[in-house]
Amino acid sequence: MNDEERELDGGSGGMTRAAFLAGAATSAVAATAAALAPLKDVTDLPSLEEFLQQHYKELTPEDKAAILERISKQVEKDYGVRPNLTDQPPIPGVEFGYALNIGRCIGCRKCVYACVKENNQSRDPQLQYIRVLKMRKGSIDVETSDHHYEGQVPEEGFYYMPVQCHQCRKAPCVKACPVKATWQEPDGVVVVDYNWCIGCRYCMAACPYWARRFNFAQPEIPAGELNPDMGYLSNRPRPKGVVEKCTFCLHRTRNGKYPACAEVCPTGSRKFGNLLDPESEVSQIIKNKRVYVLKEEVGTLPRFYYYFDL
Amino acid sequence: MINDLKDYFVFVGRCLAKTIEGDWRYFLWMTALSAVTLLGLNAYCKQFASGLMVTGMSDQVSWGLYIANFTFLVGMAAAAVMLVIPVYVYKDETLHDVVILGELLAVAVIVMCLLFVTADLGRPDRFWHMVPGIGKFNWPISMLSWDVIVLNGYLALNAHICGYLVYMVYCGRKPAKMWYLPFVFIAIFWAISIHTVTAFLYVGLGGRPFWNSAIVAPRFLASAFTAGPGFLILTLQFIRRLTKYQVSDKALMMLRSIVQVSMVINVFLLFCELFKEFYTDSAHVASAKYLFFGLHGHFGLVPWIWTAMALDAAALILLVLPLSKSLKYLDLACVLAIVGIWIEKGMGMVIPAFVPSQLGEIVEYFPTLNEWLICGGIWAFGLLLYTLFLKMTIPVLTGDLRPAGAAPGGPH
Repeated sequence: MNDEERELDGGSGGMTRAAFLAGAATSAVAATAAALAPLKDVTDLPSLEEFLQQHYKELTPEDKAAILERISKQVEKDYGVRPNLTDQPPIPGVEFGYALNIGRCIGCRKCVYACVKENNQSRDPQLQYIRVLKMRKGSIDVETSDHHYEGQVPEEGFYYMPVQCHQCRKAPCVKACPVKATWQEPDGVVVVDYNWCIGCRYCMAACPYWARRFNFAQPEIPAGELNPDMGYLSNRPRPKGVVEKCTFCLHRTRNGKYPACAEVCPTGSRKFGNLLDPESEVSQIIKNKRVYVLKEEVGTLPRFYYYFDL
Repeated sequence: MINDLKDYFVFVGRCLAKTIEGDWRYFLWMTALSAVTLLGLNAYCKQFASGLMVTGMSDQVSWGLYIANFTFLVGMAAAAVMLVIPVYVYKDETLHDVVILGELLAVAVIVMCLLFVTADLGRPDRFWHMVPGIGKFNWPISMLSWDVIVLNGYLALNAHICGYLVYMVYCGRKPAKMWYLPFVFIAIFWAISIHTVTAFLYVGLGGRPFWNSAIVAPRFLASAFTAGPGFLILTLQFIRRLTKYQVSDKALMMLRSIVQVSMVINVFLLFCELFKEFYTDSAHVASAKYLFFGLHGHFGLVPWIWTAMALDAAALILLVLPLSKSLKYLDLACVLAIVGIWIEKGMGMVIPAFVPSQLGEIVEYFPTLNEWLICGGIWAFGLLLYTLFLKMTIPVLTGDLRPAGAAPGGPH
């Protein structure tokens, strides 16, 4: 073994070695270049400004204005529409809450599609924030639910349980994020800064409600279907490789409108309002109806309640 | 000071020069590793361009092979501590000559860990968001932020210890205790911490009952102290066959004892976990059921885990029998244990927690070819790195590489 090494080291072996190494180095460079070739297909490299953008909470009002302008221009370029992109702050004295009448929901999934449209979710691959579970009456075990039911609704013997982000008071996803790219706003909404998320998906592992979605590919929205009313922390177009989620449509709700899912619901099963106002519809429901939260045992204290009439 | 630095760089340069010496087997080995590394790099470039859609992961199973390998490798890195403790705490000299080889392994393996995490990121271009000071680090709240700190810290500690001790051997000087002993003892706790933190990453999630078990960290450590020293048993035999470096049978037998005890504890802890899951038989057993027996007609992980169980069992039997005092059987036992643990900790630990999903949906995970290529590439790169480290270090340890002008010494 070592004798061989010594043989190679000595005498004419040196020349052979030099030639061999030179050849090896050349082929190594060529092979590396070939290996890197797929990089020529990269189309979405961040601009320098984008790359250096600071965390949302470090931005001055001027920074923010510049960023909103930059994103607006990009949207205009990509979709041919000038968006109305704002960063609406939370309303003081408001904490949003949601109540869903589990007895009334008929499982029509109008909320699912209204949400996709409102929030500019990717159509291909299709991404949805709301999942409606078709549950057998007499069971609350989600494992026996049907996620992909088709045909006429409501079906005899079943009830329907829509699930979306529960905007937990003790949100495990916020704790998980290693870079504070997701946090809870003063009005209770858990948001993601799509320009700060590193795409590690630890928040997705942490969420007990399967409320978070990841952009495995570049999101695609047909230009004509883009909703131009946008919020920075909600429904502006997302890049690939980041996590997104329901924000209670904060670009609408902070302007006094209902979330798209609540507005579209044909049965009036979806109620939305201010938990801090004792007279609001949600507060009244929580006070007077039979109310439960999903997976109470995980202790995340959701702001999303299910209720039923007697 | 400047001169010292210059001397150190000369030392590193001369060590590096050693890496382009070797016989045809060495070059063949390195060429093969480079080729696989490049295949992996190529696959990663494809992933970088198209996004993680080229993997088998989904919104339901949002972590896969990368995090599975990462988890296994953190254990391999932590295992160096099993060589350090006898030598530095119990002053047992049996493993003295191989400690440094264990620490070098830790360095190479931590690099692999960092590569696996990077491969898993959706936005690798934003890695700087994780750098304390310039980014926005969610420390001490996020377990992942702890992991970033402990892994990089462990890398630095081991790199320092190896760099310093090998340099001292090269210079023929006695290492100054203050420059390595405190680091060695910090590294002991640090090694335990890297695997504990990695376990806590999973344990801390109340929404994943399969992971939310206090026994995960002890299980991780036990399996790590089996697979890590097991890998070294194999490596050391290559080293003593291919170089002049002496590795005694006694050292190998001591490593055997470590692997033996760890494997027994590992299997015991696994049994404890399985008892809790299956005897209780609550709704929380769904993931374990999916893993071992399949759930609602889905059996994706069943072949994996039973392979692991068979390998673990065979390794355990070989290790506890006196048979494995023969190196042939010991080697076999180590290979079985390493592969078994790799499956058990990777596919068997990371994936089932996602199946069924939090909302009871069953979406299975099957890694894609591209994912396998990236994993293969990172493994090959790790082996390449470790081979280079050994190639640089062993001539120093055998006394073949000394400062210019110094008399060549014998084995230290």
